[in-house]
Amino acid sequence: MELLRFATAGSVDDGKSTLIGRLLLDAKQIFEDQLEAVERTSRDRGFDYVNLALLTDGLRAEREQGITIDVAYRYFSTPKRKFIIADTPGHVQYTRNMVTGASTADLALILIDARKGMLEQSRRHAVIASLLRVGHLVVCVNKMDLVDYAVEVFERIKAEFTEFAAKLEFADLTFIPISALDGDNVTERSAKMPWYSGPTLLWHLENVYVGSDRNLIDARFPVQYVVRPMSNEYHDYRGYAGQVAGGIFRPGDEVVVLPSGFRTTVAGIDSASVSLEEAFPPQSVTMRLADEIDISRGDMICRPNNMPTQSQDVEAMICWFSPERTLTARTTLAIKHTSRAARCQVKALRYRLDVNTLSRDESATHLAMNDIGRVSLRTTVPLLYDEYRRNRTTGSFILIDEATNATVGAGMILGAG
Amino acid sequence: MKTQLSHLDALEAESIFIMREVAAEFERPVLLFSGGKDSIVMFHLAEKAFWPAKLPFPIMHVDTGHNFTEVIAYRDRRVSETGVRLVVASVQESIDRGRVVEETGPKASRNRLQTTTLLDAIEEHRFDAVFGGGRRDEEKARAKERVYSFRDEFGQWDPKNQRPELWQLYNGRHKKGEHIRVFPLSNWTEMDVWMYIARERIEVPSIYYAHQREVFKRDGMWLAVTPYVTVLPTEAVERRTVRFRTVGDASCTGAVESPAVTIEAIIEEVAASRLTERGATRADDRISEAGMENRKKEGYF
Repeated sequence: MELLRFATAGSVDDGKSTLIGRLLLDAKQIFEDQLEAVERTSRDRGFDYVNLALLTDGLRAEREQGITIDVAYRYFSTPKRKFIIADTPGHVQYTRNMVTGASTADLALILIDARKGMLEQSRRHAVIASLLRVGHLVVCVNKMDLVDYAVEVFERIKAEFTEFAAKLEFADLTFIPISALDGDNVTERSAKMPWYSGPTLLWHLENVYVGSDRNLIDARFPVQYVVRPMSNEYHDYRGYAGQVAGGIFRPGDEVVVLPSGFRTTVAGIDSASVSLEEAFPPQSVTMRLADEIDISRGDMICRPNNMPTQSQDVEAMICWFSPERTLTARTTLAIKHTSRAARCQVKALRYRLDVNTLSRDESATHLAMNDIGRVSLRTTVPLLYDEYRRNRTTGSFILIDEATNATVGAGMILGAG
Repeated sequence: MKTQLSHLDALEAESIFIMREVAAEFERPVLLFSGGKDSIVMFHLAEKAFWPAKLPFPIMHVDTGHNFTEVIAYRDRRVSETGVRLVVASVQESIDRGRVVEETGPKASRNRLQTTTLLDAIEEHRFDAVFGGGRRDEEKARAKERVYSFRDEFGQWDPKNQRPELWQLYNGRHKKGEHIRVFPLSNWTEMDVWMYIARERIEVPSIYYAHQREVFKRDGMWLAVTPYVTVLPTEAVERRTVRFRTVGDASCTGAVESPAVTIEAIIEEVAASRLTERGATRADDRISEAGMENRKKEGYF
C-alpha cells in the first residue's frame, strides 16, 4: 500500500467539508459513534439531513463561528492507498494555512461551486499549489445537482480554469463534476451525468501516479544527527543519521561532504540492524563512511560531480505569516534550512505578488501577513541548497522571529541571484 | 529497482526523522511510556532511530497506581532488555503530597489527576521535549494538533497559538521553562499501528489478546474487576473472553468481547470495527464532545 498526501482548498460554502465527510464515510472510515454524534448535532441544529460537514469541524472555537480556522489532518485508506488529507480553509486571510497544507502535498484538490464558477479564491488556490510545486491538481466542480447536472456549466468552468492554469505549472490537471452532498462521482459513478466519462474522484486519487515527483537524480543527504554508541560492542561505530533528500546512495559510492569538501566513500547504509543496498528519498537511514572525517549536524553528503549551491546569498519566494510584524528590507531573522540553522537579513524585497492576477508590485515596501513576494536574503553562514523546483527539501526554508521564536515565513529558493 | 516506499515505511521514516530532530535540538527529551501499543511503537521507533546506540533520553511512565499487572511486567522487562533509563511519575505520590485530591465515589478515576503529576515531573526533571504517542486520527480535537505542540510555562496548550509546520522543517526554538510535546505518530492510524506491530513482530502486553477475565458492564462498557474499582450492587460480575483495545488506567479502560488471540486476528477485528477505539473503550472520553479539547488546554497528554 502506498501513501498519498493531498491538500484540499475551497471557499466557505463550496462544500469542502461535505466532500471530505463523504470520502471518509464512503471509504468506511466513519465509525458509528462518530456518525451518531453528527446525527444528533444535525438534529439539534435543525438540519433535515445528516450534515456530513460536522464530521470534520474540530475545535469548539471554530464550531461556534461555523468556520474552520486551521489546517486539519484527516486519514483514510482503501486497499490501494493510505491517504493523508491536509484540509485547509479557503478564506483570504488564511493563505498561510493553504501554504502549510500544500507544502507536504503530492496533489491539491480545489473545489468550485458550479453555480458560482471560478472565483478569485479558486485562482489563488491554484497559484499557491503551483508555487509550492504540488504537481497534480484536481478541480472538483461541486453542486452539479444545483445546476441540473448541465454539461455546459462544467465545460465552461473547465475552459476558464484551463486558460488560467496555462500560466502555472502543473504536471497534470483533472476536472471532475461532482455532487458531494449526494455522492455523485465521488466514489461511485453518477448516473445523472452520462456525458462525463472520466474517473470518479476516489479512483483518480487511488491511481494518479506521483512516483516521479521525487528527485532521484541529485544525491543529497543532510546530516541530522551523529550516532556514536561508544559501547564495547560498537566501540568504533560512527554513523551519520538523516533522511535522504534526493538521489540514490549506495555503499561504495564516492561522496563529498559539504561544506568541508572532504571526499570519501560510503562504507555502509544502516536502517537499524539491517544493512541496505541503497537508500532513496524519503528513507531515514544512518550512513557510515570509509574515512574518519569531522562531520556534524548541518553538513551535507552528496556526490562530487553533483553538488548543491553553496552560498550566503539566496533569492526566494516568501510567504509571510506574522500578524505582528512585517517583512521589509533589513529585517533580520533566524532561518532553518534542512538541518542547518543560521541567521539572515533581507537585502531587498523585489516585488509583492498579487496571487489573484499574478501581477508583480515592484513598488511594495513590505510583506504583511499572508503576502507572497520575492526577496533577496544574505545568511550568516553559507547554505547548501538547490532550487525549490528541483528539490522541495533542499530548496525550502522557514523564517523564525528571534524574539518570539514564532515561525513567521516560509521560503522557496529560486537560486543564488 | 524499486524506489517507492510502502505506507508503513514512509510513516516509519517520518517518525524516525522527527525523533532525531528532537534529540538534536533539545537538551532533555523524554519519551512517555505507558505500555500501551502507541507508546510501544514509539519506543521501537526510537530504538531504530539511534541504533546501535542506546536511546539518548529516558522513558517516563505516569503511573496512576491503577495498573494492569501484565502491563507493569511488560514495562519492566523492556527496561531490563534495553537498558533504557525509566522515570516513574507517581499519581499516588502527588496525592500523598497534597498536590491533587483524589476523587471519591464508586466511579472515581485518577485519569484527570495524571496531568498534575506529569507537569510536576516535567518541571522536576527539567524535560524540554516530551514524546507522546498521540495520533491525529484518535479524536476530532487532535486533528489540528501539530507534531511539535507548544506548551507555555503552565503546560497549557493554546490551539490558536501554534506554529505552522511546513515541509519537514520543525521549529524547535523555545524559551527556558517552556516545553514541547512531540507526537511522532501524528500521521498514523490505529490500523497502521497494528500493521506495524505485526510487520516488525513487536511484543505487546498480553491484555491486548483475548483472555478470560472477570468483568462487569458500566455505561455500556466492560470494565475489569480490579482492586481499583467498586462494583455497584446493580452491576453483575461475569466471566468473559475479552481483550483491551487501549491500555490506560485500569479503573476506566474498557475491554471488548473478542476471540482475537493473534495480531492478525486483531487487525481483522480493527478493520471490521464500527466504533473508534476511544468510543469503544475509554470512559474518560465520554465526558463530553469537547472533553478532549478542554483537557488538552490544561496540559493533558
